[in-house]
Amino acid sequence: MKDLVEFRWHGRGGQGAKTAALLLADVAFMIGKHVQGFPEYGPERMGAPITAYDRISDKEIRVHSNIYEPDFVVVVDETLLNTVDVTKGIKEGGAILINTERSGEELLPLLNGFEGRVYTINAREVCERTLGKYFPNTPMLAAIVKISGVIEEKQFLEEMEKSLAHKFAKKPEMLEGNMKALRLALEEVH
Amino acid sequence: MSIKNRMSGNEALGEAIRQINPDVMPAFPITPSTEIPQFVSNMIANGQVDTEFIPVESEHSAMSAAMGSEAAGARTITATSSCGLALMWEVLYVAASSRLPIVMCCVNRGLTGPLNINAEHSDSMGARDSGWLQIYAENNQEAYDNMLMAHRIAEHPDVRLPLMICQDGFITSHAVENILLEEDGPIREFVGKYEPEHYLLNEKETMAMGPYANSPYCMEAKRAQVQGMMNAKQVILDVAKEYAKISGREYGLFEEYKMNDAKYVLVAIGSACGTIKDAVDELRKEGIKAGMIKVRVFRPFPADELAKALSKASVVAVMDRAESYSGQGGPLGAETMAAMYRNKCTAEAINVVYGLSGRDVTVKDIKKLYLQLISIEANGAKGREYQYLGLRG
Repeated sequence: MKDLVEFRWHGRGGQGAKTAALLLADVAFMIGKHVQGFPEYGPERMGAPITAYDRISDKEIRVHSNIYEPDFVVVVDETLLNTVDVTKGIKEGGAILINTERSGEELLPLLNGFEGRVYTINAREVCERTLGKYFPNTPMLAAIVKISGVIEEKQFLEEMEKSLAHKFAKKPEMLEGNMKALRLALEEVH
Repeated sequence: MSIKNRMSGNEALGEAIRQINPDVMPAFPITPSTEIPQFVSNMIANGQVDTEFIPVESEHSAMSAAMGSEAAGARTITATSSCGLALMWEVLYVAASSRLPIVMCCVNRGLTGPLNINAEHSDSMGARDSGWLQIYAENNQEAYDNMLMAHRIAEHPDVRLPLMICQDGFITSHAVENILLEEDGPIREFVGKYEPEHYLLNEKETMAMGPYANSPYCMEAKRAQVQGMMNAKQVILDVAKEYAKISGREYGLFEEYKMNDAKYVLVAIGSACGTIKDAVDELRKEGIKAGMIKVRVFRPFPADELAKALSKASVVAVMDRAESYSGQGGPLGAETMAAMYRNKCTAEAINVVYGLSGRDVTVKDIKKLYLQLISIEANGAKGREYQYLGLRG
């Protein structure tokens, strides 16, 4: 991993992009990294575009500004591709991950001439097959972990299992569903 | 042993409050400080603290209730932001002049106009003349550490003044970052039990609180209040030394970053200081003698100490995350420059207003400002004495 890896998340209010960004920081912390996970607050309402950020580093993180040149961008809601310049500032060698049922090639015309790597995952399908409900956070988190390589997959799954076991101590069926969603997402990201 | 964790600035304050276990918390919710009373309410429901939470109908009532309970002899905290702090205004002065060591978590957010919820120091800077101590944090770690030291400072017999623990709204209050927490045992011993010398519920000593004072008494009361503020400097340093024995983290009135041989210096408060440190490191690699002073304690204002630290600088930019509408700069600028003048500091000094209503400030912005200081050294300030950073063209 580089000294510092930076992520930008695009979602809509209520979809959990902020929660997903904080989860990524959380799991990176658990394997001993320095982390920063924070949302950018604009108008707080359901459905409005929101941005969240992560920094992951081996060194102490002191900077307190938004991220303009991320290594990775995650788009939780593909309808944002029409209105938000999601590829803006992505570093050379960086990548974008989009939650969609379409392929990366199909989406290219919406990416403002982006020349980096484009990954897609159908988070809805992953959720329906594993959780029975649409919570795009879990699959998006697994997919970005895989793409970015900030955490080794096996270690990621172990840490997530510990964390989810604690979170869902009273709902063990949720633990199983979420773990399945994570594993399936690791396979389904293209 | 410090415990590694990660949490937001508000969560860090919640954790500090759990460890302090204050007697009373009256509060009214307002973004971005709302989570703090929410966390405390949860902790009360879970039996983790035995604090009495008083839900009130406004911030004016929150501060009034805080005064009542602190006067009664109960260790009292509250939390607020922005317009909430403004609604407390009248009572802030009464609390300070009644010498009540209430501790407030102030999560800094701009005062309205235009309505905005983001980070700015106009709320607490507006209250700078209310007689409250003010200590500002750069990050979640400092918010936590400052909160744990707060009661020891405010309640000290040489001080006896209320204290605001300030941190930048959203930028640190809602950002999850690494943090080192301390164990409950040593912290509880350090914070100690609150045993006020005078309090209303003491049946052996009848007293009045906040009475009318005629002019033969009023001025003396105010002068005595200033003395508490002046005494606080030493108390803050003493408490910080003692806290360092537990945590290994020691704090001064301000932090000097790469100041040994610094010619170009930024003076700032709060979360931007981390960004400035990164910029200083990059400039140092290019051979530019950049440095920074982060003011932690704004009340009392460490005027002479700060001027001394700036005595070898060539050009200083004082950074204000608040406008004072004086037409010539912000509050930190005015006070720093007054301190420099009184101490015959010869550095050129400018005042930069930045980050209003949460306007982002980046390492790039800060580096550009340092380069401007080099140009000012060569050519003079020439109309750049009071300027805005990050303003759109």
